Amino acid sequence: MTVSQPMHTPLRRVRGLGSARSGTSHFWYQRVTSVAGIPLTAGLLVIITALLGRSHAAVVQILGSPIVAIVMLLFIINTAHHMWIGMQEIILDYVHDDRWKLLSLMANTFFVFGVSLASIYAILKLSFGV
Amino acid sequence: MAELEAETTTGMQRTRPLSPHLQIYRPMLTMMMSIVHRLTGSALYFGMLLLAWWLIAAASGPNAYANVEWFMGSLVGQLILFGYTWALLHHMLGGIRHLIWDTIHGFEPAERELLTLATLIGSIALTLILWVVGYLVMGGPR
Repeated sequence: MTVSQPMHTPLRRVRGLGSARSGTSHFWYQRVTSVAGIPLTAGLLVIITALLGRSHAAVVQILGSPIVAIVMLLFIINTAHHMWIGMQEIILDYVHDDRWKLLSLMANTFFVFGVSLASIYAILKLSFGV
Repeated sequence: MAELEAETTTGMQRTRPLSPHLQIYRPMLTMMMSIVHRLTGSALYFGMLLLAWWLIAAASGPNAYANVEWFMGSLVGQLILFGYTWALLHHMLGGIRHLIWDTIHGFEPAERELLTLATLIGSIALTLILWVVGYLVMGGPR
């Protein structure tokens, strides 16, 4: 009997890569971020409701206070990870053309980094008041 | 093979059999809510622009903040915010439903219908409560 042929495709042999053993990481982090998202979303809603109708000066003061700023930062970082995975999943489900797929996957990353970094910068600026 | 090539050269399209997809199923609540979960997720994705705009405006100064307040207070802004509130709560409750399902609970026909209905009714109720609180207690946006 010959040595059993492992299920290596030619491409795998060329790349010299086997399983990266990270096949379930997106699944897992989508759960982690959704669990974290429950209290953080509640926090966001409380903060926004509390800020309704307040003057700019009051909003700046409250958004820049440590607890509020920390909750907002956690919400944004957590949501950024969650929405990146979610949109990637949608793209992989519906975009089959290779060029559009690669472009939209990149656009997803750019969008998430751009929006979240802009939000984080704004909160830090409100906190440190430069 | 020859037949296929002949068809290709004449430019005729062979109508291939397709596997059944969504449209052959009777629309069920669980299925609709699954679709809505994805739709609300997509809406929230782009809705993060609103949050970013609000935060950047607050950090920029009174004039920029006044612009955001004017837009959020307008009819269009209020409709977007109301929809955003519902989408956020619905996606959150739908996520909790999925987390329950992840533990292999709630899969009996009656249970999954109940969970799905609870998501829908809960999200609408919470949205209304939040907006009533927002307007009556906090006086709404100005």
